[in-house]
Amino acid sequence: MIVTPVRLDYEYSVSESETTFLTEVQRGRILGQRCPACAKVYVPARASCPTDGVFLGEFVELPDRGIVTTFCVVNVPFLGQKIEPPYVAAYVLLDGADIAFQHLILGCPADEVRMGMKIEAVWKPEAEWTTSMENIDHFRPTGEPDVDFETFAGHL
Amino acid sequence: MRSVAVVGFAQAPNVRRTTGTANGVEMLVPIAHELYAQTGLEKRDIGFFCSGSSDYIAGRAFSFVMAVDAIGAWPPINESHVEMDAAWALYEAWVKLQTGEIDTALVYGFGKSSGSDLRRVLSLQLDPYYLAPLWPDSVSLAALQCRLGLDAGKWGEKDMAEVVARSRADARSNPNAQLSGDPTADDLLGEPYLADPLRRHDCAPITDGAAGVVLVAGERANEIRDTPAWITGFEHRIDAQNLGARDLTTAPSASSAAVAAGVDGASVAELHAPFSHQELILREAMGLGGEVRINPSGGPLCANPMFAAGLIRIGEAARRVWDGDAAKVVAHATSGPCLQQNLVCVMEAG
Amino acid sequence: MAGAGKGAVDKVLAAVIGTGQTKHTTKRDDVSIAGLCREAADRALDDAGMTWTDIDAVVVGKAPDLFEGVMMPELSMAEALGAVGKPLLRVHTAGSVGGSTAIVATSLVQAGIHQRVLTLAFEKQSESNAMWALSIPMPFSMPVHAGAGGYFAPHVRSYIRRSGAPTHVGAMVAAKDRRNGAKNPLAHLHQPDITVEKVQESMMLWDPIRFDETCPSSDGACAMVLVDENTADAHVSAGKGPAAWIHATAMRTEPTMFAGRDQVNPLAGREAAKALWEQAGITDPLEEIDVAEIYVPFSWFEPMWLENLGFVPEGDGWKLTESGETDLGGKLPINVSGGVLSSNPIGASGMIRFAEAAKQILGRCGEYQVEGARKALGHAYGGGSQFFAMWVVAADKPGV
Repeated sequence: MIVTPVRLDYEYSVSESETTFLTEVQRGRILGQRCPACAKVYVPARASCPTDGVFLGEFVELPDRGIVTTFCVVNVPFLGQKIEPPYVAAYVLLDGADIAFQHLILGCPADEVRMGMKIEAVWKPEAEWTTSMENIDHFRPTGEPDVDFETFAGHL
Repeated sequence: MRSVAVVGFAQAPNVRRTTGTANGVEMLVPIAHELYAQTGLEKRDIGFFCSGSSDYIAGRAFSFVMAVDAIGAWPPINESHVEMDAAWALYEAWVKLQTGEIDTALVYGFGKSSGSDLRRVLSLQLDPYYLAPLWPDSVSLAALQCRLGLDAGKWGEKDMAEVVARSRADARSNPNAQLSGDPTADDLLGEPYLADPLRRHDCAPITDGAAGVVLVAGERANEIRDTPAWITGFEHRIDAQNLGARDLTTAPSASSAAVAAGVDGASVAELHAPFSHQELILREAMGLGGEVRINPSGGPLCANPMFAAGLIRIGEAARRVWDGDAAKVVAHATSGPCLQQNLVCVMEAG
Repeated sequence: MAGAGKGAVDKVLAAVIGTGQTKHTTKRDDVSIAGLCREAADRALDDAGMTWTDIDAVVVGKAPDLFEGVMMPELSMAEALGAVGKPLLRVHTAGSVGGSTAIVATSLVQAGIHQRVLTLAFEKQSESNAMWALSIPMPFSMPVHAGAGGYFAPHVRSYIRRSGAPTHVGAMVAAKDRRNGAKNPLAHLHQPDITVEKVQESMMLWDPIRFDETCPSSDGACAMVLVDENTADAHVSAGKGPAAWIHATAMRTEPTMFAGRDQVNPLAGREAAKALWEQAGITDPLEEIDVAEIYVPFSWFEPMWLENLGFVPEGDGWKLTESGETDLGGKLPINVSGGVLSSNPIGASGMIRFAEAAKQILGRCGEYQVEGARKALGHAYGGGSQFFAMWVVAADKPGV
């Protein structure tokens, strides 16, 4: 048996919308983007609306707080993994956004994370900010009461 | 066979490098809108969507999935994808139209070749045990094929230069062409070799691009176009890849596809020949005489978006029928190293 | 050149007359990629009583090429696949690809373009690294992605919450599929002694999904020979074996992520199923389907797909599972081949579901044969639960 290494280098480019988003995230701001057809606010900002097939329009600044809609606890190590397990990978629905994105939850034991839990971003030190969602180191519980299931059931 | 026609065709500007994403969304959104405008159809009128693209061009697994976002797949759509040039996606759509399950189809293809070293990426199409580990790149393999033809007296460097000169000149009237100009064959022969015996201009450029085509069955095609391009033959075949086991100066699969599709009498042929000598191979293989006009669009030597270029040949040929320039046209697409797999689509005015 | 309008086209009836699979396993270091495919294809041809020269066209399907590190491997395998001089297509619709490939092959016969089509789906994922290929970190984003399990686990959590299902249901599915897989000589995992308790004690991989509730990573291939009505009739009359008639096929897609998307009970799946049952003339799937092979890579997908497919109302999937009716001998045996939980060569799994459904009709399932099975469902899904492909095969021709 022979192992043949395959190495290919790719230049990765994000869309214009994502470029705007990442430029602002480097300044500590989170931008969503509204679809001109369905009016939903997508975050992170992205090239097109997946249901309408049109470019997104107006940018909307969003707070860095929201809720966990659903989540899992990753225990398994694998090749290329960047975060050491166990860690909580959660869907974060920011206040004012119409779609959740995936991020890390820390600041409480994994088995205390709950669907509907209120969370807030914990940013890395400003000096470390780059064009990446990793500027937010993780989200942590705010300590406020969980929101009702009905309020986010449509986001599952 | 059910009567099916090409009634819509749109492409992104063919450029050396886009700033957009590898999944082509920025190119595909306008293409979809243009197709709906051209045909008067709406998203909900489309019975089937099918695309062609490659993960290795995009540099990520499941790359076609993000492109589905460009077409607005909601409410849910009937959709499929081939890891092949979108010309084969068109074939899959045509087959589905033949079953009677659907009456309209929208097919698209895209490729952002600028994101990587295309010549090197294409080495991965080769036998992974014996050949790929040597990394013979696509230009070198084509050069070996060209050398075989030159040594056998099948064509000369001047013939190749004439193909390029004609293509570049024709591309001047194609607003979507990446390269065009007025070189003479002698000018071209004065250029240095890139991979002897191929010069840079004998090779298709690196192109980022995308394209889309709409197919409609039956009478509805006449409502959309005065002269729809009716598909009267649609065939494809594949040869063995083993580069030492076949005569690389011929393209048997192109010959058999052409015979089965019925190319006789065509006055225009759009051939997907990414190397100038390959146009000469295909002319002979497909039995296209001197009276057939080849690549009036300028062809792949003037723009070659990977995984869309074959579909573009079909679109460009269809346009000649719509415009009344030709009553019978041939479009060809290829896949794999040295013309290994070939598809032929024949279209006619009604 | 006026064409026929909708509904004026007569589809040719298509049937499966042979299937073949490799013995699925973690790593086939005894065959090349071509060898793996040949094994399944040769077995399918044998099963159909045919040879390579009988085949008119080849339709290949597999998942991302990064799983093998080969771009479009079917190209260098044209000879091995008996495709030289013939049409060859390569389908790629993510995890559902095995199913959609079978549907493309079916269309070729239904359209009257070919009479005998070989269709094959495979993955030799030990050549590369599937987990890596599924989790390649994308620049600028938070690298929380943890493979397929990491993607689906949050949605499994949502299902459990929505339906109120007791947590042992996932373990029941796993134990059932592994026990039944032990009856299938070709299945990757054979665990005849597995129990619900053992599953519940296994390590949590992506809470709430446990190790034993997770599909293996397998090398494997699956092939089928699809033929037109005349060929199938001749095959049956000559006493070569039965035919599994294809009554209906359906495919639907929706975007991976959009505002308000239901990731647990996707509309694309529900609509594909609805179109399928309608095409097949089935009004009560739970009564009319005798056996189903559905794509369950993580055990909780059994109750989820039972609802999505319309076998039971939304929220009740887990009840049917818990009742034991989805085991051999039950009202709706599900994945008695062992399912994806017992073998998962990613690009092949969808076709394995379609083939196992056909095998039940052909009576070729041995120890896991459902007695008297006359109508079967094959189902596949892929991507972020967004690509669906399914078919109904039966012992009788449609309308009989």
